Amino acid sequence: MQQFLDTTLGGLVLGAVYAAFALALCLIWRSTRIVNFAQAAMAMVTTYIALSLINVDVPYWVAFLAAIAAGFMLGALVERLIIRPVEGKADLNAVILTLGLFMVLHGLTALVFGVQHRGFPAPVSTSAIEVGDTSIGITPFGVLTIVIVAVVMAGLVVLFRFTDLGLRMRASAFNGEVSRLLGVRVGRMLTLGWALAAAVGAVAGLLIAGGDLVNPAFMDPFVIYGFIAAVLGGLDSPIGSVIGGLILGLSLSYVTGYVGEHLAPLVALGILMLVLLVRPSGLFAAAAARRV
Amino acid sequence: MFAVEDLSAAYGPVKALNGVSFTADRGQVTAVLGANGAGKTTLLRTVSGLVRSTAGSVTLDGKDITRTATEKLTSYGLSHVPEGRGVIAELTVVENLRLGGLHRATGSEPMPIERIFELFPRLGERREATAHMLSGGERQMLVIGRALMARPTVLLLDEPSLGLAPRVVAQIFDLLRGLVQNEHLTVVLVEQNARSALSIADHGVVLNLGKVVASAPAAELAADEQLRHAYLGF
Repeated sequence: MQQFLDTTLGGLVLGAVYAAFALALCLIWRSTRIVNFAQAAMAMVTTYIALSLINVDVPYWVAFLAAIAAGFMLGALVERLIIRPVEGKADLNAVILTLGLFMVLHGLTALVFGVQHRGFPAPVSTSAIEVGDTSIGITPFGVLTIVIVAVVMAGLVVLFRFTDLGLRMRASAFNGEVSRLLGVRVGRMLTLGWALAAAVGAVAGLLIAGGDLVNPAFMDPFVIYGFIAAVLGGLDSPIGSVIGGLILGLSLSYVTGYVGEHLAPLVALGILMLVLLVRPSGLFAAAAARRV
Repeated sequence: MFAVEDLSAAYGPVKALNGVSFTADRGQVTAVLGANGAGKTTLLRTVSGLVRSTAGSVTLDGKDITRTATEKLTSYGLSHVPEGRGVIAELTVVENLRLGGLHRATGSEPMPIERIFELFPRLGERREATAHMLSGGERQMLVIGRALMARPTVLLLDEPSLGLAPRVVAQIFDLLRGLVQNEHLTVVLVEQNARSALSIADHGVVLNLGKVVASAPAAELAADEQLRHAYLGF
């Protein structure tokens, strides 16, 4: 029972991070129909920005916010400078460009910061919380992670559901031409979509790094795991991405806890294959309802 | 007054519009007619800047709007209503309407959504439905209602009758006629369904292969048997 509780809590924390990362992929997919394979590398870069600030004694939360702002700008720049020029060409062009960007960011970060592991601090304790005299499988930082991811998600729901800006962004993603006819500056909305996604990605990167070691490759597993979580829930559905992230986090945690850590990547790929075979549009994709 | 002067546009080497000129007056319906491929839709798309014009001009009350960015036109009071499939299918009826009201004609009062539901009670009953659930007629009502949310003075309508049952077409055309009279709108109605269009239009312009081949009061066009047979198919 104790182990079940521990692995569940651990899985929820892991799942929250996957969810945030999948959400970033989903935001970009919805607005530009591109899977951004550079997402992990972008989040890695912003995490390094936070680390550099922390190393010169900037307070943790200031560095945290600065990294999010940097992610926002990086996302906007990538959309404007790399994605916009190939707009209207085959979607694959843009996808290949994001793969290229992944490698470039990787290389540049290694050049600037070196490839060695560096410790990344956490704002709160990363040792297990104790109830009575037994420790349970969640740390204060784990709790904070879940809270931050929940706040980010709630913020996005409010933005998209209840604000005019969110309505403009959704409309631009669904039908650019009609949106332009209605006066929406579609190009600006797409840039904003990328910026927002990269900011969410930056949050995920910071939460993954907290209390752990970072090197230029520390986010690489998330290229795969974030993608699996997003596909599992349906790339089109933000709620689906979140649930997909939680399912993946829990599954991997149970596999790690009960079977063995080395099997986790295999199980993740198994889940991906299963979803693609059985329900390729994802568990929560809206019923196929595109224009006839 | 809305005026198109010598407007030309091309898709690569193919000339789709070749020196089209006509004017549309306030409080009137001007029908633009012609067969499939005559350049009717291209005309509207060029006016809205979705297709680049190669020559000519578009003016609205004397103001040159020829190369204005598409996104700015609603603020000048010009709304282009794409044909019925131009609803944003993933958004609800209310969201589509809200979106239409976000970029209104400069200086205009916001249009209460309830006004649109008074004009189209059917939409009011389906306000929370996602647009892809709507019937063809309801979609057409939605795109017209959405355009009205921007308080336009000029309404460009692309084939509102497309794919609709005659009864529904009559209903929508009646409504348009009423709007023109009550709101003093300028309506440019692009239609393949010439007979129905001429029945509510004041003036008609007939296009063929990107050129204006006739421009006359609607009643005159409807009475010209030779023209009807040659270009209008009735």
